[in-house]
Amino acid sequence: MELFWYIVLMTMLAIYVILDGYDFGAGIIHLFFAKKEKDKKAITNAIGPFWDANEVWLIAAGGVLFFAFPTLYASSFSGFYLPLIMILWLLIFRAIGLELRGQIHNKMWTSIWDKAFGISSLLLALFFGVALGNVVRGVNLGNVVNGVSTQEAHYFFLPLWNPTFSPQTEQLGIIDWFTLLLGIIGVIALTIHGANWIIFKTNSSLNEKLKKVVFTLSFVLLVLVIISLFIWHIIEPKPFHNFIQNPWLWIFPIITFTGLFGLFRVRSFKKHGKGFLFSSLFLFGGLTSTVASIFPKVLPSTNNVNPDLTLYNVAADDYGLSVGISWFVIAVILVIAYFTIQYRVFKGKMDDVGYGEH
Amino acid sequence: MEDMLFYDRMQFAFTITFHYLFPQLTMGLSLMIVYFKWKFLQSKVEKYNDAAKFWMKIFALNFAMGVVTGIPMEFQFGTNWAKFSELTGGVIGQTLAMEGMFSFFLESSFLGLFLFGEKLLGHKLHFVTGFLVFLGSWASGYLIIATHSWMQYPVGYEIVENGKFVLNNFGALFSNPWLLPAYLHNQFASIITSSFVVAAIGAFYILNNKHSEFGKLFVKTGVIFGLISSVLVAFPTGDWTAKNVAKHQPVTFAAMEGIFETEDGGSEIVLIGQPNILEKKLDNKIAVPNILSFLTHKDWNAEIKGLNEFDEKNYPTNIPGLYYSYHIMVGLGTIFIGLMLLAAIQLYRKKLYKTKWILWVLMFMLPFPYIANTTGWYTAELGRQPWLVYNLLRTSEGASPTVSSGNTLFTLLGFIGLYLLLGLLFLMLAGKIINKGPQLNQQH
Repeated sequence: MELFWYIVLMTMLAIYVILDGYDFGAGIIHLFFAKKEKDKKAITNAIGPFWDANEVWLIAAGGVLFFAFPTLYASSFSGFYLPLIMILWLLIFRAIGLELRGQIHNKMWTSIWDKAFGISSLLLALFFGVALGNVVRGVNLGNVVNGVSTQEAHYFFLPLWNPTFSPQTEQLGIIDWFTLLLGIIGVIALTIHGANWIIFKTNSSLNEKLKKVVFTLSFVLLVLVIISLFIWHIIEPKPFHNFIQNPWLWIFPIITFTGLFGLFRVRSFKKHGKGFLFSSLFLFGGLTSTVASIFPKVLPSTNNVNPDLTLYNVAADDYGLSVGISWFVIAVILVIAYFTIQYRVFKGKMDDVGYGEH
Repeated sequence: MEDMLFYDRMQFAFTITFHYLFPQLTMGLSLMIVYFKWKFLQSKVEKYNDAAKFWMKIFALNFAMGVVTGIPMEFQFGTNWAKFSELTGGVIGQTLAMEGMFSFFLESSFLGLFLFGEKLLGHKLHFVTGFLVFLGSWASGYLIIATHSWMQYPVGYEIVENGKFVLNNFGALFSNPWLLPAYLHNQFASIITSSFVVAAIGAFYILNNKHSEFGKLFVKTGVIFGLISSVLVAFPTGDWTAKNVAKHQPVTFAAMEGIFETEDGGSEIVLIGQPNILEKKLDNKIAVPNILSFLTHKDWNAEIKGLNEFDEKNYPTNIPGLYYSYHIMVGLGTIFIGLMLLAAIQLYRKKLYKTKWILWVLMFMLPFPYIANTTGWYTAELGRQPWLVYNLLRTSEGASPTVSSGNTLFTLLGFIGLYLLLGLLFLMLAGKIINKGPQLNQQH
């Protein structure tokens, strides 16, 4: 039962990262590469009808987390208090930017909201990478100091950073050099992903340039991923333990690298959706490989006093989880139907005016 | 600890007050948009389609605001009220997760189609997408009120080790006696908001001699919907909700009504008066004898327990706040019925569009349904205090144990700043849409 909901939750998170990921990426592209108004318009049109619905996956995943794993929800949301609230602010700020840029035709106005949209997209991509880094690295559960918990065993609180900026101290911060590295990987991966979406959905004059960007960044991404794997080895002595025990788990890293190597051929693709497919594979594989490597842990403990949080010790009661399955299955069928309808109506390339203004 | 609880409560109160300004309009407005679109399909008169499209723009703006201010609501359960989430997540997580899965996906998918898809879909399918948006927004309200009702009147649970609430009857969450009256009361209140907004914009157009054909349509629609909903919000749904409070939360009821002493031979209804907590009485009271007993128990002489009968530990934490919220809500509700009745009479006599003073009043009434809805929500929430889950879990036991008051104050200030900006931008954009107005045969 717990396992079912764990798979559901991870799938929803992966869908969220793939979907909202492309519009974060579009924001980053918008910030760095779109100079002409025509290109900017093409980028915002490419995400216009979708980004609202993409964000719903975050809310829905949050709801499922709350319902199926209330202890994890309580522990991690209060523990990562500051970054989560800042993510909320960024999401709001980004939405304002997107909604407002076209409302008044004034150069200064547009450029202010363009920057708001771009910078908040960039920071969100960074924060999501950092968040993944925190989950891999683990946290000081119970806020243990000198072998004594100052809190209940599954509670903790992390400041944004600590003076040493190191992932290997007792008093950890959210941002250290390891989590920052994963944050940068997040930014690059989502930039590639966003570029692929724009190439897929528009006939923008930027598209040829974006293909080159995807190609170059894919090299950087490969190098950083390899570096991060080495560093991970230093922080956590047995990162590949699960994979050696359960060889079938190798499917996830294989998906990751298939996606990554596929991206190197981006310039020769004739069908434009292909690049997007490969970057989606990379994101899906990267996320699932990471959680598979710590499975069944969901939040490792960095001290020896309090046990790790696993999907079994944070889940809700069996009755609730099993009743949930019945309504959840109905809901998923409906959701698939909505998305099929939505993506069919808005299929193909966006033209210059998108689908009209609202 | 005291500080922390205070800032946590302020933050929740502030963010939910701001958030609820938007859904209360969208829930009612979606119904009226469906009505306009339906009238268009019936009559093929272009005016109705343009009206639907115009209100759709206002709807979309409100919806976007509702979404961005709604995400913090969900997050705060975990960030600021971690202990509460941990203990009750297994129960209210059901209804909250259902809200995400059933209503948000429905609303957001079809809103996109409704906004951008008129040409691609044709009018009939366009109507269907509008109807589905309406359905989604009402489902969302239902699941939130189901969650709220459980906190007021917990059902279908058992308490296990560590004080955790565990669900043992899923169906009970939806057959909760608190749910239906509270839901209907809330939905009619949201129709009131949309009626007053539609009527106010209509009055603005007529008085300005601008888009006056639409002005007449909006005033007429707003008055008809407004009269029906403001009557229904008081009776039977408001009455029914109040009786629930009297029955299940008598101490709340006494504080709401301002009854300090139990009176022999029936309780009076307080129209005006200021609670004086130190001396436990109402100052400057104007009251009508025996009415409250009759309204609550259909018996002029029924006994209603005053606050003196209860343990002070269980008094609502903010008695004056609760008392005023309730009285403002009821007072405004009464004014709404009177005004809408008057307007409806003038409408029936075909004189409304020329009765300038009523149009002026309708225009300036725009903020008041928002105040009534907000104070109504406060009545429910302040009434439940000092409990998060009534009689079972105290608010002081629900806050996050690891988050210090400084952090909460920091994020509270951040939210205030951000929402101030958001509010200003919203008013500006809404003003722009209203000023431009609906157009016949507009290009879309």
